[in-house]
Amino acid sequence: MGLDLRWPIGLMFTIIGLLLTLSGFMAGSDPEKLKPSLGININLWWGLILLAFGVFMVIMARRGSKPAEGQTPAEKAATNLVNPPKS
Amino acid sequence: MQIISLGPLDYAILIIYVVFVVAIGFALRRYMKTSSDFLTSGRSIPTWVTGLAFISANLGALELVGMAASGAKYGIATSHFYWVGAIPAMVFLAVFMMPFYYGSKARSVPEYLKLRFDERVRALNSVAFAVMTLFASGISMNALAKLLNQLLGWNYHLALWICSGVVLLYVLKGGLTSAIYTEVLQFFMIVLGFAPVVYLGLKDVGGWNSMNQALQTVATDPSAFYLKEAGVSYGTNAWTSAWQPLLAGPQSNPMGVDWFAMVFGLGFVLSFGYWCTNFLVVQRAMAARNMTAARNTPLVAAVPKMLFPILVIVPGMIAIALTSMPEKNFRIPPPVLDDQVYVAAVQVVKTANPAEPAAAVEGVGKAIGKKMDDEKVMALIAQAGQLSDDQIKEGLYNAVADYDYDGVILSLVKRYCPTGLLGLALTALLASFMSGMAGNVTAFNTVWTYDLYQAYIARNKSDQHYFWMGQAVTVVGILLSIGCAYFARLYNNAMDIIQLVFGFVNAPLFATFVLAMFWARTTGTGAFLGLFGGIGGSALFHAVSIAGTNAPGVKGGYLWSALNKDVPEFLHFPSEMAQNFWLASFAFVVCFALTLVISLVTKRTKTDEELKGLVYSLTPKIKDEGAPWYVRPALVGTILIVACVILNIIFW
Repeated sequence: MGLDLRWPIGLMFTIIGLLLTLSGFMAGSDPEKLKPSLGININLWWGLILLAFGVFMVIMARRGSKPAEGQTPAEKAATNLVNPPKS
Repeated sequence: MQIISLGPLDYAILIIYVVFVVAIGFALRRYMKTSSDFLTSGRSIPTWVTGLAFISANLGALELVGMAASGAKYGIATSHFYWVGAIPAMVFLAVFMMPFYYGSKARSVPEYLKLRFDERVRALNSVAFAVMTLFASGISMNALAKLLNQLLGWNYHLALWICSGVVLLYVLKGGLTSAIYTEVLQFFMIVLGFAPVVYLGLKDVGGWNSMNQALQTVATDPSAFYLKEAGVSYGTNAWTSAWQPLLAGPQSNPMGVDWFAMVFGLGFVLSFGYWCTNFLVVQRAMAARNMTAARNTPLVAAVPKMLFPILVIVPGMIAIALTSMPEKNFRIPPPVLDDQVYVAAVQVVKTANPAEPAAAVEGVGKAIGKKMDDEKVMALIAQAGQLSDDQIKEGLYNAVADYDYDGVILSLVKRYCPTGLLGLALTALLASFMSGMAGNVTAFNTVWTYDLYQAYIARNKSDQHYFWMGQAVTVVGILLSIGCAYFARLYNNAMDIIQLVFGFVNAPLFATFVLAMFWARTTGTGAFLGLFGGIGGSALFHAVSIAGTNAPGVKGGYLWSALNKDVPEFLHFPSEMAQNFWLASFAFVVCFALTLVISLVTKRTKTDEELKGLVYSLTPKIKDEGAPWYVRPALVGTILIVACVILNIIFW
């Protein structure tokens, strides 16, 4: 199918990651608010992880949409596995 | 009492998810031109997508909730459902069976049976499957709506119709591709939504070793935590070792299962029957873009499957460990009770006479309608004068000596997640309920359109007609699922019986397939009658066997009570799980033997030429020696099996 699934995955987790990171920043280090999550600002940290994952997916999607050049045979096999050329 | 209030951020995450799945549906709409685009994705999806969808279609929300519950009830041994009960079968599907499913150009599992045997076998399989998917999707949607109702206070009907509406919207636009894409999205939601909960939970109990220590104390006296009846005791490793308690016999492990039933019943019959013949999962692999991709689909899926116990079973173990640590102030929630029940019980506590403890405790127990912890109730009655109504209510909640195990995962989410993360975890759960419905509906519409409508109702119509039919039946399928959800809500017991019957139908199925694919002599009559015999065999086994303390009746053993006799000792199993595994083993053997014998005495109706591509011995072997190692199913499969063995040894 023509839609590369990495786009929606990447975009969605980028947005959710940003939202969580922001709310983590806003919560700050108020110990009362962080009590349930054992003193860890989990929204901030997990938000950053989601953000990194989302951005990684977007980068992969961008790379996938460009024609691949100068690949070694092994790399080519790997991209073909993920995203084979249309027959 | 387990009410969760969502903040604006949580709702924002939920809405973002819904917007994305609907957008995917609309983006895919322009690629839907033929019935095959809509119903089978035009066989065009890359391996990593079909692989993750394959595992995601299996990891329904009910499984997520249920596996955490089993993790609490049985500990690490629950992982057998992920290791013994999945990995070998997934590798077998990839290496040996996928070439026939994909290579035969069949569009569904029932259609393969038609090509291999005849219309009778197909009709039996497709009708049973179609009905089963509708009920499965109804059960799941009922659970979802109930959950949203109890947890967030949403209206049951509104929740049911809105969630179904969202599913309808994206499946109708993007067909199977939409369902597959959202399943992959759901996969990442589940992993990324629940991983922080597991992390925080493990940190809270003081790490893995500390959790194991707590579980060892639990194992020696499980009745202290309402896990088993008083007097039951296990070795210290009953919750923390996967194999030792199992090898020591059914009395030594909380599952009440012996190793043979586990390995043969679950690991062979049930597991191969599910992974290798259930069209819901096989359909994902059949949508792959080529044979290599199709064969690698179950292998890609096997990697997360092997690791999922961390995500879905460990939370249950954490919950029990926390319960055993009084300073953590945690309990697995009691069965959900109406608020009025608590209000009434509070009055009983207030008016109870502390001078007559037995009568007072009994009165409170009656008002709640559940087994209560006598000591806690007494303490509560003694202090009732100084406590507010809310405090008494809280005390009663904590004194219920019974668990709603299905509440395990949510009670942890509620304990650790701040708003934001809470939204993520709940959206993940919601996503998996919805994609469960989408998966069932897309399997249903394919089987209906190709195996029932095209085969028996309207034979030679144009492809556009079948495309239209596929879309129309998607709407019908969703409406029927909603109907099944209401049915499940109203007739809980009837639903248990229906699921029991499906268990009978599925148990022998793998015998038919293994003979079909590996023995050219198997005839249509043999397969058809063998399958019927196997179903009859499971029904018979259920009628004569019983488990644990169950009374003869719906749970089995009714034949003996009809004859006014006791169930013989060898048919009395220590647990329902053991009964179920032995039932499957028996049904498999009956179906296998009958199919074998009847095939030998009936004439073959298909020539060797017709069976080419459908039977192992008559199909040219696929050569993949030249391909890179990581796309060769036999090699990757072997690596996966070795990895699975290593995991089993680590948690021995």
